[in-house]
Amino acid sequence: MLGSFDFDVIRRSLPYLFYEGMTFTLTLTALSALGGLIFGTAIALMRLSGYKILGRIAGLYVDFMRSLPLVLVIFWFYFLVPYIGQWLTGASRPISVGAFASSLITFIMFEAAYFSEIMRAGIQSISRGQPAAANALGLTYAQTMRYVVLPQAFRNMLPVLLTQTIVLFQDTSLVYVLSIPDFLGAASKVAQRDGRLVEMYLFAALVYFTISCVASVGVRRLQSRIAIIR
Amino acid sequence: MIEISHVDKWYSTAFQVLKDCTTNVAKGEVVVVCGPSGSGKSTLIKCVNALEPFQKGDITVDGTKVNDPRTDLPKLRARVGMVFQHFELFPHLKIIDNLCLAQEKVLGRAHDKAVTKGMMLLERVGLKEHAQKFPAQLSGGQQQRVAIARALAMDPIAMLFDEPTSALDPEMISEVLDVMVDLAREGMTMMVVTHEMGFARKVANRVIFMDRGEIVEDAPKDDFFGKPRSDRAQKFLSKILSH
Repeated sequence: MLGSFDFDVIRRSLPYLFYEGMTFTLTLTALSALGGLIFGTAIALMRLSGYKILGRIAGLYVDFMRSLPLVLVIFWFYFLVPYIGQWLTGASRPISVGAFASSLITFIMFEAAYFSEIMRAGIQSISRGQPAAANALGLTYAQTMRYVVLPQAFRNMLPVLLTQTIVLFQDTSLVYVLSIPDFLGAASKVAQRDGRLVEMYLFAALVYFTISCVASVGVRRLQSRIAIIR
Repeated sequence: MIEISHVDKWYSTAFQVLKDCTTNVAKGEVVVVCGPSGSGKSTLIKCVNALEPFQKGDITVDGTKVNDPRTDLPKLRARVGMVFQHFELFPHLKIIDNLCLAQEKVLGRAHDKAVTKGMMLLERVGLKEHAQKFPAQLSGGQQQRVAIARALAMDPIAMLFDEPTSALDPEMISEVLDVMVDLAREGMTMMVVTHEMGFARKVANRVIFMDRGEIVEDAPKDDFFGKPRSDRAQKFLSKILSH
């Protein structure tokens, strides 16, 4: 029965799958995680700030993002960003953003909601004496956050942040709705072109599974190492 | 140096932690604040460098009004050292970096100068060889000595101690007190919340006794230990000195 399958199609399309597809997927994952972490930390700081209005805005943002399916956000954003760009810059026509930039912005905004909750828990895990000691030494609020609170919060939350990044790595495959050749998109294109759906999707699943699995084990190792240091 | 006048503080409208507290600490003076737990002594000392806000009254440190909204609080705090009950060293930084952080970021000292100063102070508290370790690798007494060195690295005009030995095992208390006694004898202005009456006897100029948010007794050391005027202070002393 396996005779009717052509697994050689995988070998033939490997350069395309990895050089184009996987590069795109990993770039999108890394940049989204980085942007999401920075943006998410800002949201977490807003939520924890003494200012009620800032906290409310940040809270609403997080709830809003978490109540929408990611595919929908990706889809909507792709169509909306050109118009938002037009509105922001005052251009006469919708500005073209490109599928990559659009999906990157989407993922950063979406992941920021999740990362912000992780960072919030991280910041709250630091005892109140730490910022007090930093303040007593004359550090400003910003310096206290930058040099004392956030480094510790980040370190405490690193395993959770990385686990969320693995989820993000899998979620980036949703950009296929914009027909972007990420890894899954590339595999899908080859599958359609050569009529080798089973082979290509099987291979794609295997690759996602392997990478995520190895990364998870890595995170677990890291977790136990951090636990010893503390 | 430190003038506290008619300070009131409420945690909520119903609960008043400080009631009309008035006292002062002159330059070079060592003042010990004692009293039962919950009497507001830690809160009072934290008001001095504005770690705790208060609603009424004034506190002035070296001519700068703490409760003036125009006061640059980080700048003021940089000049007043504080030592906490739970040390509060920064666990993600090496000992020497704990000492250098504020010197560099607040005072703008060059890194090598900060390190030199830091090493000098570590030597002074007898922990020079631990400079490259992390706080968690040190005992409580050692951590508290580092915390004192960290505060001294800022060249403070006064030092505040908030129960510096309360979280320590008994055998480590004296190593911290020794550092504090040296500091007092060198003429550092100090306000110390502590139950260590031995320390008070040795170096304090005055002892303040607080109860339920009020300063009940504010007397020169010999008067305080000789004949406390209030019943509450007498009771407190007899309790903590009976063993």
